[in-house]
Amino acid sequence: MSKIYDVIILGGGPAGLSAAIYSSRSKLDTLVLEEKRKAGGQPTTYEDMENYPGVLGKTAPELMEDFREHAEKFGAIIERGEAEDIEVDGFLKTVKTKDGQEYKGKSVIISTGAEPRKLGVKGEEEFKGKGVSYCATCDADFFVDLEVVVVGNGNSAIEEAIYLTKFASKVTVIVIHDEGIMDAEKILQEKAYQNDKIEFVWNSTLDEVKGEGLVDTAVLKNIKTGEKTALSCDGIFIFIGRVPRTDFLEVTGVDLTDNGYIKTNQKLETNLAGVYAAGDVRDKFLRQVITAASDGAVTAMAAGGYIEEEEYWQENVLEAEEDVLVAFWSPTNEDSLEMINKLEAMDLADRGVKLVKIDTYKNTLISERYEVEEIPTVLKIKDGEVVDNLVCPSLTEVEEIL
Amino acid sequence: MLEVDKNSFEEEVLQAEKPVMVDFWGESCTVCLELMPGVEELAEKYSNEMKFCKLNIKGNRRLAMSQQVMGLPSMVFYVDGEKVEHLSGDDLTIEEIEEEIKKHI
Repeated sequence: MSKIYDVIILGGGPAGLSAAIYSSRSKLDTLVLEEKRKAGGQPTTYEDMENYPGVLGKTAPELMEDFREHAEKFGAIIERGEAEDIEVDGFLKTVKTKDGQEYKGKSVIISTGAEPRKLGVKGEEEFKGKGVSYCATCDADFFVDLEVVVVGNGNSAIEEAIYLTKFASKVTVIVIHDEGIMDAEKILQEKAYQNDKIEFVWNSTLDEVKGEGLVDTAVLKNIKTGEKTALSCDGIFIFIGRVPRTDFLEVTGVDLTDNGYIKTNQKLETNLAGVYAAGDVRDKFLRQVITAASDGAVTAMAAGGYIEEEEYWQENVLEAEEDVLVAFWSPTNEDSLEMINKLEAMDLADRGVKLVKIDTYKNTLISERYEVEEIPTVLKIKDGEVVDNLVCPSLTEVEEIL
Repeated sequence: MLEVDKNSFEEEVLQAEKPVMVDFWGESCTVCLELMPGVEELAEKYSNEMKFCKLNIKGNRRLAMSQQVMGLPSMVFYVDGEKVEHLSGDDLTIEEIEEEIKKHI
């Protein structure tokens, strides 16, 4: 039988590596499956890392290298592989990869991230590598003293426009919104306005890329007037947001939003028990390295709790040889405390019945699975099946089911 | 793989007898670095049928642009000194490169 990991993490970006740090430090057997040879995710294609607390004077790729080293220090295994499918069979999850490998785990954290959105305009595909680019750090070198266009107005677009001014002689930013409105943070907007090399075209989108061999013209379209203008330029950088990498989840039954992001609750659980989502891939407000790292920590701890609860339940209840009386209680509920005392005084063990207490404050997994709504609740379980269900029972009622 | 630059490009690439693939790369291009080991393997595998060169664009920017390369990664194929194909994009895969190689051998 193949090895069963405690936690399998899909994707080795900031979210996945942070999850790996937390889970491997908690002594959970942790595997990270990363599609690329080098872990690190999206920040590996950026330059500056200006807003990760406590990190000054390090580039984004350097910080990601530290994340990886940190995860490996606590024993996380990073392997190459791109998930194609997740099969959930109760507690056992099987991750299948594109190259035909199968990995088994008790929990899965999906942190596959996002990738740049393509605009899909005429000429965009044809001029890839010939002036159309999605990566400023990769291609900025080519545009020394040349004129470029940046399409987009979010954080990435404006950050990269500023970065490109170190190379290009002029950077024209194409913004779809009204004059003065951008999606980027204020601090970036101000920097862009103050930069002499940056100019803006408002209310406009890129309509077509033209050139002979290399890009020489960006055709812009004013979305208010429909008017098209040709802007002469040497390069076009497209940063119009990202799309989540969730295509592979379509058959797994993981709930997605209309835009393809994974839906999660506060514990970052998906709709499948033991399957979590962290980082840019999930539906959330802010997509940054720090929020990805935070998600990683949450999912690793949630997965750890899930494994503990599930294993305790299986060993002590489902696989028990004797009948089991499960008492659901909570430290804040007086009645339930009293009931626990009474049950403990009944010498159940002598009568061949095992008493298992579930603290519903800490263990929501089991109480939700058995739809326990009121406390105290007592379940009698025989060979793994519920045979009696008592809500707020009297001692006499408990006696009757024994 | 043979390292070429602006001085050796003409002789090694344009005047080569076999079809040539040139891997234009740069140190700050993570996609290029990601692809490179796979490209090295392909170079090994098809070494009899095709010549494989790599060109670091640092210091060779003009040459790259003369070859209409203005973005990385770029895999450019030459047959008899003529540019016949140019693969690029940050989603370029080793499989796509191998398929292109097969077309020219």
